[in-house]
Amino acid sequence: MAINLEDPKKFRPLVGQAHQVAMNMLRPISRKYDKAEHEYPKELDLLAAMIDGLSESGASEGAGAAGVKRDEAAPDGAVKNGTNLASVMSIAEMCWGDVGLLLSMPRQGLGNSAIASVADDEQQERFAGVWAAMAITEPGTGSDSANIATTAVLDGDHYVINGEKIFVTSGERADAVVVWATLDKSLGRAAIKSFVVPKGTPGMSVERLEHKLGIKASDTATIRFEDCRVPASNLLGSPEVDTKQGFAGAMATFDNTRPLVASMAVGCARASLDLTRELLSQAGVSVDYDRPGLTQSAAAAKLLQLEADWEAAYLLMLQAAWMADNRQPNSLEASMAKAKAGRVGSDITLSCVQLAGSLGYSEAELLEKWARDSKILDIFEGTQQIQQLIVARRVLGLTSAELK
Amino acid sequence: MSLLQTLRPGGRHGIAATETRDPIGYAVAALSRLAQSDLLDRLGLRKQTETAVYTATRGGFRTITAVGRTFAKAGRPGSPGARPAAAPAPGVFDLTPSEDEQLLVDVVTELAAEVLRPAAAEADETCVAPEAVLKAGLEVGLPILGLPESLGGITEERSAVAGALVAEALAHGDLGLAVASLAPGSVATALGLWGSEAQQQTYLPAFTSDDLPAAALALTEPTVLFDVLSPTTTAVRTDDGFLLNGLKSAVPRGGEAELFVVGAVLDGAPVLFLVESGTSGLEVEADPAMGVRAAGLARLHLRDVTVPADAVLGATDGTTYAECVRLSRLAWCALGVGVGQAVLDYVTPYVKEREAFGEPVAHRQSVAFMVANIAIELQSMRLLTWKAAGRAAAGKDIRRDVALARQLCADKGMQIGLDGVQLLGGHGFVKEHPVERWYRDLRAIGVMEGAVLI
Repeated sequence: MAINLEDPKKFRPLVGQAHQVAMNMLRPISRKYDKAEHEYPKELDLLAAMIDGLSESGASEGAGAAGVKRDEAAPDGAVKNGTNLASVMSIAEMCWGDVGLLLSMPRQGLGNSAIASVADDEQQERFAGVWAAMAITEPGTGSDSANIATTAVLDGDHYVINGEKIFVTSGERADAVVVWATLDKSLGRAAIKSFVVPKGTPGMSVERLEHKLGIKASDTATIRFEDCRVPASNLLGSPEVDTKQGFAGAMATFDNTRPLVASMAVGCARASLDLTRELLSQAGVSVDYDRPGLTQSAAAAKLLQLEADWEAAYLLMLQAAWMADNRQPNSLEASMAKAKAGRVGSDITLSCVQLAGSLGYSEAELLEKWARDSKILDIFEGTQQIQQLIVARRVLGLTSAELK
Repeated sequence: MSLLQTLRPGGRHGIAATETRDPIGYAVAALSRLAQSDLLDRLGLRKQTETAVYTATRGGFRTITAVGRTFAKAGRPGSPGARPAAAPAPGVFDLTPSEDEQLLVDVVTELAAEVLRPAAAEADETCVAPEAVLKAGLEVGLPILGLPESLGGITEERSAVAGALVAEALAHGDLGLAVASLAPGSVATALGLWGSEAQQQTYLPAFTSDDLPAAALALTEPTVLFDVLSPTTTAVRTDDGFLLNGLKSAVPRGGEAELFVVGAVLDGAPVLFLVESGTSGLEVEADPAMGVRAAGLARLHLRDVTVPADAVLGATDGTTYAECVRLSRLAWCALGVGVGQAVLDYVTPYVKEREAFGEPVAHRQSVAFMVANIAIELQSMRLLTWKAAGRAAAGKDIRRDVALARQLCADKGMQIGLDGVQLLGGHGFVKEHPVERWYRDLRAIGVMEGAVLI
C-alpha cells in the first residue's frame, strides 16, 4: 500500500488501444454524424465486434459500460485496479474521440450497466450480449426518479407495463430497453423495479426521436408502453418490495454509472484542451508551469486554470472507480466525480471556444461541437444539482426528508 | 521637506500615487498627523491603550538577526552528501496511506487537535508560536521527517507523501503554528536533499538534536507580480565567497532563526545560499500579515552580506532552486488542504445546529450546496496534492503537477475560506469562531513561496 495517483500501469495498453480507436475511427466520422442526426453510424458495428473480440480474448479489461459489475475481492486484501478503473479510463479515451458515438456503441449502453449492477446470475447469462438502453425519465418526472408513473402489474407469469418514457439513449437501436416502473405507487420508491423489455415486444413503440443541442450521433427516443407484457423473469433483481431497503437497489446502478458519465465529461473536455493547447501554441502562447499565471498571458493563465480543474475531475473519477474496484461504498465519491466533471466539462469546452475565438465557434473546428456535446453530461444520470444534493446529504448526514 | 511635501497622499496607506488632495483634504490630513503624534500622549490627552501588544505585531521594528550558535565546520565541502532514495514507483493506483504513514498521521492529528488548535487564537494575536507547541512538534519528530536515516532522520526513502500528509494534519490544527513548526524541518529537508557532505555534517547535527535551531527558507520578496524564479536579491562572486544584497519577506520565525536558506540570482540563475544569523549586514524586521501570523513572519534585509564559497546549497544552474520552489509550493498545497478540512469540519455541525425560520439552516439547499461544494473542491485539492507528492517521492518531474495543485488549492482554498465565513454569517466575522482566521490564512496559499518544504 502506498499512495499513488498515477494511471494504473496495467491499463496502459488498454487506454492506448482506446485512444487509437478514438483517433482513427471516431474522429474521422465525428462531424459526419453530428450533421446527420438520427442516421445510424454503421461504422460502429465493426467497432463493436472488435471490442467484443478483445473482451473475449481477454486482451481487454472490459472496456465500456458492460464492465461495471463489482468484482470479487482481491485475495490477501491487496489493492485492486480492476474493471471499474479500466472502464472509466477507456470510456474517457473513447469520448476524447466522440461522446455521441460512444453512447451509440452497441452493447455498451447504460442499460447494460443496470443489468451488470442488479441482475442475478441467471439473468446475467440470459442477457449477455444484449444491447440494452435505459428508460427512466418521464414527461413529468426528471430528477425525482422516485416519482415515476409507469406501472408494472403482475398478471400470471407476466408483468404488464404501461407508461411513457422520454430521453431514452439508443432507444430505437438497442436490442432491449431497461424500464423503471412501479409495482405499487402507494408503496413509494421501494416499489420501483427495473424490467428488461426486448425490442419488438408488442405494446412497446418508439414515438419519436429528439433533435438535440449535442451528442447528435446518439438517438434519443420517446417510447410508449401500452399493455406491454414481459416475462416475470425479466424483472431485474428481487421482486420483493422491501420498504427498508427502499430505493437502494435501483439507485445502486447510479453509483456505477455516474463515474462513467464523469469519464465522458473528462474525455470530451480533454479533447477541447488538447486542441486548444495546440492552437494557442501555434499562436505563440504556452504555459510555463513554474511561473505564476499572473505573470503570463491571460490565455496561458486561463489554460492553467482549466487544466487544474480538468485534473481534479479526472482524479475524482479515478477515485470513485478505484473504490468500486475495492468494494468500498462510493456513492458520495461517485456524485462528487460527476458533479465536478459535469461542471468543469462545460466550463472547459466553452472556455476553449472563447480562447480560440471565431475559429473555435466555427464548424471548421470541432471545438464548438464539444461545447455542445458536453452540456448533457452535466444533466443525464443526475443533474449537477442532484449530485450536490447527494453530496450534501452525505456530508451533512441529512435524510431526503430533512434536505429536500 | 515642506509640509505640503509630507502631506502628499499617494504611495502610502494603500493610496494610489494619482490621488490628489483638495484643501479640506490637507486640513484633515494635518489633523490626522497631529492625532498620531505622541504630543497628545505627553500632554496626557489620550488614554493609554496599547501597552501589552507584543512588539512583533508592530511594523517598523528592525533589529539584527538572532545571535545563533556557532555551527562547527565538518565534512568535505566538495563531496556530495547523503541522499534519501527515491521511493519505488508502485504502478497500482492507490489512495491508501502506508501503515507507517497512517501511524504518523494519527499522531500528528492528535498533536494538531490537542496542542495547536487550542493555542491558535492567541498565537494569531501575538504573532508568536508558543514554546510548548514547538516542543511538542519536536517530540513528534517533525524536524527530521524529511531526513534519511543515515543523517539522523527516520526514513529510508524519500518521504514527500508522508510530508504532505503531516502538513495537512498539522494545518488542520492551525496554519500559522504548522508553518512555525515545520519551518526548521524544511531547512533540514533541503540540506538532506541538496547539501554537500560538509553542509550536512556542519548543520544537521543541530537539527537532529533536542536543541533544535529555528531556521527558515527565505524565497519570497515583497514586490507585485513577484516571480520567485527571478528574485531581485543578488549574489556576486568575491575572492573567497559571495556578496548578497536584497530583501526577503514572509520569512517564518525570522527573528529567532539561526540559519536561513536565501534565494538570490547568481550569474543569471537563481541559487540557494546558506546564511547563518548574526552575519554582518543581515537585519530582520517584523512583517506581520493578514494571516499565518503565528509563524512570526519577518522581512530579512541583506546588505552586503558576505558568505563563504561553500554557502551555495545545491546546483548553481537554477535546477536546485526550481526544485526547491516546487516542493515548497507542494507543502503549501498540503497545508491548504488541512485548513480547508478544518473549515468543512467546523461548518458541518454549525449549519445543522443553527436554526432560522424554524429549522436548521442546513435544510436549505443554498446552504447545503455550499457545504457540498466545499467537500467536492476540498477532495479535488487533496487528490492533486497527493498526486504531486507521490510523483515527488518517486523522483519524477513534478513541474506540471505542482502547478496544477497550486492553482486549484489557491482558487478553491480561498473559496472555501470565503464560504466558511459566509456560512456562519455575522458569527463568522467575529473572532469567537476560528473561521475568520482560516479565511485570512487561506489567502496565503498561492501567495507564499518558500518557508516550508516537503
